[in-house]
Amino acid sequence: MKKGNWLKGLVLAMTASLVLAGCGGKNNNEASSSASSSAPTSSEASSSAPASSAAAAGGDTVKVGILHSLSGTMSISEVTVKNSELMAIKEINAKGGVLGKQIEAVVEDGASDWPTFAEKARKLLTEDKVATVFGGWTSSSRKAMLPVFEELNGLLWYPVQYEGLESSPNIFYTGATTNQQIIPSVDFLLEKGKKKVFLLGSDYVFPRTANKIIKAQLAAKGGETVAEEYTPLGHTDYTTIIAKIKEAKPDVVYNTLNGDSNVAFFKQLKDAGITSADLMTISVSVAEEEVKGIGPEYLTGHLVAWDYYQTTDTPENKVFVENFKKEYGADSVTSDPMEAGYVAVYLWAAAAEKAGSFEVDKVKAAAKGIEFNAPEGKVTIDGDNQHIYKTVRIGEIKADGQIVELWNSGGPVKPDPYLKTYDWAKGLSDK
Amino acid sequence: MEVWVSQVFNGLSVSSILLLIALGLAITFGLMRVINMAHGEFIMIGAYGAYMTQQIFKSYLPKSLFDAYFPVAIVISFVIAFAIGYLLEVTLIRFLYGRPLDSLLATWGVGLMLQQLARSIFGAPNVAVASPSWLDGGLTLFSGTVLPYKRLFIIALVASCLFAMYLYIYRSNAGRRMRAVMQNRDMAACLGISTRRVDAFTFAIGSGIAGIAGCALTLIGPIGPSIGTYYIVDAFMVVVLGGVGKLVGTVAGALGIGVFNTLFEWWTDASLGKVLVFLCIVAFLQWKPMGMFAVRTRSLD
Repeated sequence: MKKGNWLKGLVLAMTASLVLAGCGGKNNNEASSSASSSAPTSSEASSSAPASSAAAAGGDTVKVGILHSLSGTMSISEVTVKNSELMAIKEINAKGGVLGKQIEAVVEDGASDWPTFAEKARKLLTEDKVATVFGGWTSSSRKAMLPVFEELNGLLWYPVQYEGLESSPNIFYTGATTNQQIIPSVDFLLEKGKKKVFLLGSDYVFPRTANKIIKAQLAAKGGETVAEEYTPLGHTDYTTIIAKIKEAKPDVVYNTLNGDSNVAFFKQLKDAGITSADLMTISVSVAEEEVKGIGPEYLTGHLVAWDYYQTTDTPENKVFVENFKKEYGADSVTSDPMEAGYVAVYLWAAAAEKAGSFEVDKVKAAAKGIEFNAPEGKVTIDGDNQHIYKTVRIGEIKADGQIVELWNSGGPVKPDPYLKTYDWAKGLSDK
Repeated sequence: MEVWVSQVFNGLSVSSILLLIALGLAITFGLMRVINMAHGEFIMIGAYGAYMTQQIFKSYLPKSLFDAYFPVAIVISFVIAFAIGYLLEVTLIRFLYGRPLDSLLATWGVGLMLQQLARSIFGAPNVAVASPSWLDGGLTLFSGTVLPYKRLFIIALVASCLFAMYLYIYRSNAGRRMRAVMQNRDMAACLGISTRRVDAFTFAIGSGIAGIAGCALTLIGPIGPSIGTYYIVDAFMVVVLGGVGKLVGTVAGALGIGVFNTLFEWWTDASLGKVLVFLCIVAFLQWKPMGMFAVRTRSLD
């Protein structure tokens, strides 16, 4: 009889651990997985919640929601974004607030659990009646929140680079879409003569979508995809992958691994005697914060593609980095998603000022064309798709963990989430 | 040819890592029958033990001694994980013997608490551990085939852990008492063995070995609050496949899974390779439900 229990227990244990492992993998740093988060704002704007606007704007404060994972596996990345958003709010309040009101942040924990994101979004919109929400990191969290925001006509500012092919009327995307990160980086590689590309990614939506785009681009522009490999989220042994890379002899490895897998991959790559001089890699999910966690000695000389680095040379960035270090400690670093979260708060404040109201529909209408001198340089909201114009930057990781810019797009690039302006991308966006 | 040599080595290396993460579980789950979902968190504790040791060496000791941190870290990781394991057994696990489902849920909860505790203490982001310089690089067999020293070191570490466990369990008085209690608790108690003390000690040793695994894994993998979740499934797989309760089964299970995983991954890809390995394990367990090496004893169950 005992035996029966045992087996049951075992089966349960295995299932539970699989679930755990699955969740664990997703985390990390990269935002990429999907960036879709929809933000809800509770604001009144929606017709379904007409009464809420008055509440959001009432009194001397205006409430905004901040919804990131502060516990669980995604907290690795999301806590830092929450910090930069809070800093932006503090700065705006010090300058007198928005429309004469102080911003009051309602911070909620999405707990790395997608249904929790939906639940908390609803709570922010209906109970706290916030004017807007800043939050989300993974696509899964965005997709969980989206119906809530659309139902209640909320407003979400989503601060992470993502795979594109999306544009919700209730979401502003302040992270890069593919033509502001991935596509220019592939062009950069081709220009450098790196034609044989090995695609390595975690096995889920962001890397697969990104690689689909990269393959089409390489095929159109004379590059070659020598192999395409995916590993499960949270995968920790890359010896076989590295053996395959050695066999394929690519010019460059295009890395869309997510999170902790990056640590294992780069450590084991170095152990196998491969440095950036032997084989270049370019990553889209490794920023300053991840470099710190992996250890810069494993990454020196490898490339990354983002729109912002801590070293980006603008007067606004000097102030941003200085304030951030003052607020969160001298050894803290700033990264692209953190900067995008910070910018999101300022853009929302500017839009509300311009609209003269916190109502979602008015803020959305006013947001078109708003410019802001961000730490990454000037950004502009694109009225067509609610993404923002951003400057693309390719950087090289240095031994001190900082990233130095090698190339930039020379100016802000117009967001094109559906890749309509690229001939070779036809057919990618219609699914 | 080169590929085969390096793939065979990779297979061995993966096996050694699997064995390392499963050894502790072979005791807490294999011998003691506690479905220990917190096993992964003891691995995490070991990893943070290595991190703390490194920070201490960096801050308080001369730079020339830095490379010596790693052996010290192994000991410290063992001690910390041992102590926490002991505490856990005394406060919780001892009420759960013979109740597998309860122990499953309780240890899972403990695992989540330990993860969040690590997050509160060390922060959510991963931390970096610099490996000692004497483990950098590798042994070049012929051009293009490098056996990294870290991998060789882990294989050696596993072999010594295994040897130490063998000596302890099969050749020492304490180990004999341990086996007696696990096989027939009442009889052992009648013969004057303090089963309480043996239980606590056994669980703590299993936890301590998980700590060593965590320390070694800092060489090749990430160090963060949730790393335990990456290893727990593999650890259970190894123990179940090998045959619960047999050390030699655990070794065979790790070798089998490691080698086949590497081969399948080479032939297909990482995701599919893992699926194939799982399929093979399921098929094998259909054929031999007790695993590769079944324990034959009248006292079980």
